[in-house]
Amino acid sequence: MEILFLIISVFTVITALTALAVKDRVVSVLAGGATGLFASILFIIMAAPDVAMTEAAIGSGLTTFIFFFALRKIRRNDQDHSYKVSEVTNRSREND
Amino acid sequence: MIKKAFTFLMLGGLGAMLLNFILSFRERTALPEVAAHYIEKGPAELGSANIVTSVVVTYRGLDTLGEVTILFAAAAVVGLLIHLNRNENAVRREGSEILKTASALLFPLILMFGAYVFLNGHLSPGGGFQGGAIIASAVVLTVLASPNRKIGHTVLSVIESISGLAYVALGAAGALLVANGFLDNRIIPLGEFGTLFSAGLIPIIYTLIGLKVGSELSSVVISLNGETIEEDDQ
Repeated sequence: MEILFLIISVFTVITALTALAVKDRVVSVLAGGATGLFASILFIIMAAPDVAMTEAAIGSGLTTFIFFFALRKIRRNDQDHSYKVSEVTNRSREND
Repeated sequence: MIKKAFTFLMLGGLGAMLLNFILSFRERTALPEVAAHYIEKGPAELGSANIVTSVVVTYRGLDTLGEVTILFAAAAVVGLLIHLNRNENAVRREGSEILKTASALLFPLILMFGAYVFLNGHLSPGGGFQGGAIIASAVVLTVLASPNRKIGHTVLSVIESISGLAYVALGAAGALLVANGFLDNRIIPLGEFGTLFSAGLIPIIYTLIGLKVGSELSSVVISLNGETIEEDDQ
């Protein structure tokens, strides 16, 4: 049990660091969700099933989805702005 | 360069402050007095088989009320900010056939599991927050499968308001009628230990918390799913 605990602790830290280090936002959010999932396994090993259920449902499930809903809104704004900028530059080129 | 040096200085200072705690840390061999009371007297006093639940709902019930209030404030702000610039006419791509069929099949089952978790909060692991989150995850699934379906906020906000009011009213009844204190669960008979109808008010309060958390988280998800009007268009 001690070894399993250590292995999952290491996984938790690795996924948490991945979430911070990775440039791609989608991978970062997924790594954050994985951190929550491993943390909930740790809670079960430490005999705290109530906390584990909360962590699995909210920390790893709902939070990930809410991040994705927010990402979709941010990304669409990004694309819109880049499109408008290129449109303006194209127009000015045509005028020249 | 100066910014980095400043960051390291801050981190070093924080580490020096926390070092004191780490050096003076000793693993406990016995439970602190309050925890020992909860474990030894809890089941006899409150009749709840799950000691964690008796702490969360009754002994530290005021903290739970605070948590529910914070969640309510967060959901209200998300709803307010998103509804201000809401685009009703946007049409989005539907989910795949597999996702739609699976979500139609799983939606009632997940709802039932969420209700099971909060109804059995005083007997098995779980409770209002966990059950509410499970119900909200069922809503996430339907929203992903058919993003264009209009889900009314009216029903959700009515459920949310009624359960919130009932929660506070029942808590106040403990203080006013029996005078044992706010959120006391012994204003109705405790019942037989370990059965579904036991532990006095705990299953009722957990049901109300489950409905409240479930409707709040669902309304957050539904709000975030809706299309918003871009700033430039206004």
